[in-house]
Amino acid sequence: MLKVDHLNASYGEMQVLKSISITVEQGSIVSVVGSNGVGKTTLLKAISGIIPSKGIISFDGEVLNGLPPHRIVGRGIIHVPEGRKIFPDMSVIENLMMGAFLHRNTCKQNLDRVFELFPRLAERRKQSGGTLSGGEQQMLAIGRGLMANPRLLLLDEPSLGLSPIFTDTVFRTIEQIRKSGVTVLLVEQNVFRSLSISDQAYVITNGSVVLNGSGRELLENPEVKRAFLGR
Amino acid sequence: MLIIQSLVSGLLTGGVYALAGIGMSLVFGVMNVSNFAHGDLMMLGMYLAYFAFTLLHIDPYLSLVLILPVSFLFGFLLEKLFVSRVIHHPHQNQILLTVGLGLIMSNSALLAFTSDPRILTTTYSSSSVMIFSDVSVSVPLLLSFLVTCAITALLYLFLARTRTGMALRATSQNREAAQLMGIDVSKMSAITFGIGTGLAAAAGALIAPVYYIHPMAGHNFLLKAFTVCVLGGLGSVPGATLGGLIIGVVEAFSATWISTDWKDVVVFMLFLAVLLFRPQGLFGKRGGE
Repeated sequence: MLKVDHLNASYGEMQVLKSISITVEQGSIVSVVGSNGVGKTTLLKAISGIIPSKGIISFDGEVLNGLPPHRIVGRGIIHVPEGRKIFPDMSVIENLMMGAFLHRNTCKQNLDRVFELFPRLAERRKQSGGTLSGGEQQMLAIGRGLMANPRLLLLDEPSLGLSPIFTDTVFRTIEQIRKSGVTVLLVEQNVFRSLSISDQAYVITNGSVVLNGSGRELLENPEVKRAFLGR
Repeated sequence: MLIIQSLVSGLLTGGVYALAGIGMSLVFGVMNVSNFAHGDLMMLGMYLAYFAFTLLHIDPYLSLVLILPVSFLFGFLLEKLFVSRVIHHPHQNQILLTVGLGLIMSNSALLAFTSDPRILTTTYSSSSVMIFSDVSVSVPLLLSFLVTCAITALLYLFLARTRTGMALRATSQNREAAQLMGIDVSKMSAITFGIGTGLAAAAGALIAPVYYIHPMAGHNFLLKAFTVCVLGGLGSVPGATLGGLIIGVVEAFSATWISTDWKDVVVFMLFLAVLLFRPQGLFGKRGGE
């Protein structure tokens, strides 16, 4: 479905992605794990077109490089950014409506779906986004992404800074989202939890892939155990 | 009754300041650009109203129907041709560009229209009506205030209810997230600059019947619009609305009780006080300072 082939991306003089290649199969959960600052977020930003990149990003066989972000959103690639980036002075419902910016005709049914998935958001629908707790903001950010009828959902650190209860909710939600037919590309620092739900996973260091395999294989891999799982 | 008289005339003048400030604030909020050509765009609005009146015999308040769309288009093109090139650049580049655009406008006006001040005299220019039996209100100021209220109300409705208005607010609150919603943020920037230019020109046209029209008139208004924005909080439309009214009233009070010559001094002291004690302004976004 998504193929990233020898992708390079830089911030000014600093090259962050070095010839990175990953593949995401339709209907799967693929995770990208690695320490802070190795280029995980940059990879997602390059895919959604927020930053320029060299190399090939193709989606259903069509090259995405050079398209502005709003066109990539139009193809069905929806990016839920790190740090939630919700609209602080808009209410919960307005935030969700912004998610449906390109999909007004399915707005109502998606709204019902999101409120079913996150009843907490339904309770707070009139509250402004900036006054929600971190966990609620994360639900809102994921819900806002689902409003856009994603075919491929890019999730950047969805469990970062959340309590264990909210972390459970987030990982359960990701599995539910996949069951509903949406492909998920997940970037996480919670390596154990994300490998456990992934069909395929990539370990990246310094802007390139150093290991890949199924989530289960990587969980058993001695290097992964030592570097990320503390065993 | 002197206090009510000052309050009323201050609020009426403040309405026009608010309109000018809202345009500048909207541009700052959505594009993160301080538009130093804003005053000169107001000056162009004054001349547009003047020529619509003298050449086409259109009442200055009615001429807004023409001036708003024409200036929107002008602003939209300015953004596409020039401002869009510096939107991701440091503030000093944006300031150089907008100051430069402003200089080109004021000096072109100087060449085309000479430095002679012009006066737009309507049949009702010097008439006034009495309210509360002993407070007199100038008719042109009252008309301009009413038109300002109408334009501001329409703008609020546009921002709150329409799809494009909501997209503008989203872009202002988080540009990157707005892109991820599928919003074409470069189009939003051009629309915003068009609206900002439209509001500046409208404010110029509204003040034309009570003010000397000359090519350098914009400079004074730029400082006022900037003060209004800082007072209200850069990027905040309600803040600029309230800020404009406050500046109008402060000016009127200091003109009445201190001296007309000192009113600008008092306004800028207020400006400095805001910068010192509440740099984010009355309604500023966090980190906006």
